Amino acid sequence: MMFVRLSAAIAAVSLLSSAALAQGAKPTDPQIAHIAYTAGVIDIKAAKQALNKTRNKEVKAFAQDMVRDHEAVNKQALDLVKKLKVKPEDNDTSRTLSKNAADKLAELGKLKGAAFDKAYVDNEVAYHKAVDNALETQLIPSASNPELKNLLQTGLKIFQGHEQHAEQVAASLK
Amino acid sequence: MTPRWILAALTALALVAQSISAQAATIQITMENLAILPAEASAKIGDTIEWINKDIVAHTATARNGDWDVMLPPNTTGTLVLKKAGTVDYYCRFHPNMKAVLKIEP
Ligand SMILES: [Cu+2]
Repeated sequence: MMFVRLSAAIAAVSLLSSAALAQGAKPTDPQIAHIAYTAGVIDIKAAKQALNKTRNKEVKAFAQDMVRDHEAVNKQALDLVKKLKVKPEDNDTSRTLSKNAADKLAELGKLKGAAFDKAYVDNEVAYHKAVDNALETQLIPSASNPELKNLLQTGLKIFQGHEQHAEQVAASLK
Repeated sequence: MTPRWILAALTALALVAQSISAQAATIQITMENLAILPAEASAKIGDTIEWINKDIVAHTATARNGDWDVMLPPNTTGTLVLKKAGTVDYYCRFHPNMKAVLKIEP
């Protein structure tokens, strides 16, 4: 059941990418900056929810890592857009990401204890996978400013690390 | 006039200091863009490893065998004096995709 829902979430993200590509609507730098920043904000919110709910030491440490890393990357992103005088621009992809994340937050909010821990960590694996995929196949290739591209590439490596870290925590919960 | 035994003692001390500094080296390993460079390094017991984290996020240098765990906040350098020989695989606890090997000779 959970797996079906996760796959649906991933499919939704890939659909988004392919829909945008089909229209030939390559995202612009201001849109890319907004999507990347939003993706970070979403993960920080999820981590803060986890920090409020979990009693599992490993899950707590993981959530703290997520807050720290995503805040660091987003700060760097804000500094960069300021320097480049780019105004991040709201768009369909970031709106859909935010909407899905709000639904997920509400869904996880109803769970407790080990059920919450498992759902949170499983979603972290799926979410980082989806974001990494979007970065790799869509955002990085579309970015035109070299500094923005660079930051996205560093972000990708950091988030790939999170994906593996989340997988380890997920395995430890079994 | 300095007594001869003091001179002898000073000479001996200087010799000891020299031999220590000749033996112990400092080896620098960089963490940048989530990569550990060099990914394979060699050192001897008594040497100091200096991990330089150039990234905006914290990393760790964590031995898989549990021997050491060095915290490396963003843009800082962490050190470790090697005390045990062996080939140690280590990684970053926060980003397990960062992996490297340290060969420590006796
Ligand atoms: Cu790391």
